Amino acid sequence: MEVYVDVKNLSFYRADRAIYKDITLQIPKGKITAVMGPSGVGKTTLLRLIGGQIAPHSGSVTVAGLDMSRASRKELFDARRKMGMLFQSGALFSDMSVFENVALPLQEHTEFDDVMIRDIVLMKLQSVGLRGAAHLMPAELSGGMARRAALARAIALDPDLVMYDEPFAGQDPISKGVLVELIKRLNHAANITSVLVSHDVEDSLSIADHVCLLSDGRVILSGTADEIRQSKDPRVVQFLQGHADGPVGFHYPAQDYDKQLLGMN
Amino acid sequence: MKTLYSAIYRHIETVGQAGVFLFQAICRLPVRYDEALKLYFRQIYSVGVLSLIIIIVSGAFIGMVLALQGYSILTRYGSESAVGQLLSLTLLRELGPVVTGLLFAGRAGSALTAEIGLMKTTEQLSSYEMMGIDPLRRVVAPRFLAGVTCMPILAVIFSAVGIWAGMLVSVHWLGVYEGSFWSSMQQSVYFDTDVMNGVIKSLVFAVAVVWIAVYQGYICQPTSEGIGRATTRTVVLGSLAILGLDFLLTAAMFGDF
Ligand SMILES: Nc1ncnc2c1ncn2[C@@H]1O[C@H](COP(=O)(O)OP(=O)(O)OP(=O)(O)O)[C@@H](O)[C@H]1O
Ligand SMILES: [Mg+2]
Repeated sequence: MEVYVDVKNLSFYRADRAIYKDITLQIPKGKITAVMGPSGVGKTTLLRLIGGQIAPHSGSVTVAGLDMSRASRKELFDARRKMGMLFQSGALFSDMSVFENVALPLQEHTEFDDVMIRDIVLMKLQSVGLRGAAHLMPAELSGGMARRAALARAIALDPDLVMYDEPFAGQDPISKGVLVELIKRLNHAANITSVLVSHDVEDSLSIADHVCLLSDGRVILSGTADEIRQSKDPRVVQFLQGHADGPVGFHYPAQDYDKQLLGMN
Repeated sequence: MKTLYSAIYRHIETVGQAGVFLFQAICRLPVRYDEALKLYFRQIYSVGVLSLIIIIVSGAFIGMVLALQGYSILTRYGSESAVGQLLSLTLLRELGPVVTGLLFAGRAGSALTAEIGLMKTTEQLSSYEMMGIDPLRRVVAPRFLAGVTCMPILAVIFSAVGIWAGMLVSVHWLGVYEGSFWSSMQQSVYFDTDVMNGVIKSLVFAVAVVWIAVYQGYICQPTSEGIGRATTRTVVLGSLAILGLDFLLTAAMFGDF
């Protein structure tokens, strides 16, 4: 197994709260890796660490051999040209149409002429079902459409690594099916390494080759989809079946509930 | 005492960071010049052209008020024909640059801060970074350059409209002889001291206001309150900077009697 993203002994804090405590995980090249875990556990944070947008407090993140926290600005920007990221909010550029959004990375990073760029943009939009919406502004799209447009933009440059932050949220069953197929196809046809953050247990397990389950700042299990399904670990079982009670905390760290209700500090 | 020192230190640090920020924004050259020009002209439109109305209307009213006030004072000494001189010198030297600057901070500066702040809040700036595109070059630089180009032009327009409106009031309403209105102006206004000093002033104000506006937008807390606070700070700091700089510049330009 060739490793594309290598996270070693990484710790990361927000204020004084440890989001990650000394985690180590590997993302294999050319595979789909699903990262799952309760809301607020730090999945988006992990993607930002991989993209080098935030630096770990200790440990390292290596992407395709480059240590992101020690890379120079130029190395970082060059490395990011080979990455596509679908933000949880979509983050389309609000002053450009859908077409211009998808065309921007091509205009900035390639020497293609306008006709070529137009064809690529239309192809990418076609693959997410939005070719007809090319002229719309982001404010005129629904949440699910905006996310699909953002996905088209993320894959415009045919990156080596694509990170999807909740691609299925807000999609109807048909669009979701199309996206699942698209992610699979990209992965197998173009040999892209994909990192998929999703709460959708069934969809994730169905397309992921490799799964990492995060809880409370640690990786509690990392393995194939089948290994996850067969795991007897109570934390894994709880997560897959969606029980509120169990070893995985559903609540953000807080003081004792009864005491707070009774007004005692 | 110690807290005072550390407060001063923090302020100096902020100014330093803002300086580095500005330097990086304008020193990273565009990859494609046609694209950069397009972005620049789009900003000229939203920063400059959209500010025209407020500048023209305010210029007209201020010119008219100045003419009325000037006439009522000058007529006591029988020198109401000097109203043209009074009008043009006040507008070109002071009110043109200063009032344009204040209006610009309120109209365009706040809009710039809010726009960049919202881009940050909605992760658009992060998106640029993740795409390997420098947001300083792509978002901040065209806005800064457009603001700095527009404000001196707006200040000149403000003064011209003010003089014209003042002329209407004094000549056509108060009955000042038109010939002496213009000749008093011609005799006393010098291009390089009066007109150029006004332009230099507005250029300095422009750099200060637009710099504050883009920086506040860029560093704002990415929340709705954060954007609100940053916008207020742009208007307050921008206005104070203009008034303070105006005093310094006036002392330097006209202070040696
Ligand atoms: N800018 C920030 N400042 C302070 N704390 C933050 C910030 N961003 C995130 N956090 C905290 O970091 C933790 C992890 O956030 P993150 O966005 O990575 O969660 P997530 O796993 O993506 O959750 P979700 O599934 O709901 O998107 C959260 O508990 C959040 O409170
Ligand atoms: Mg998230």
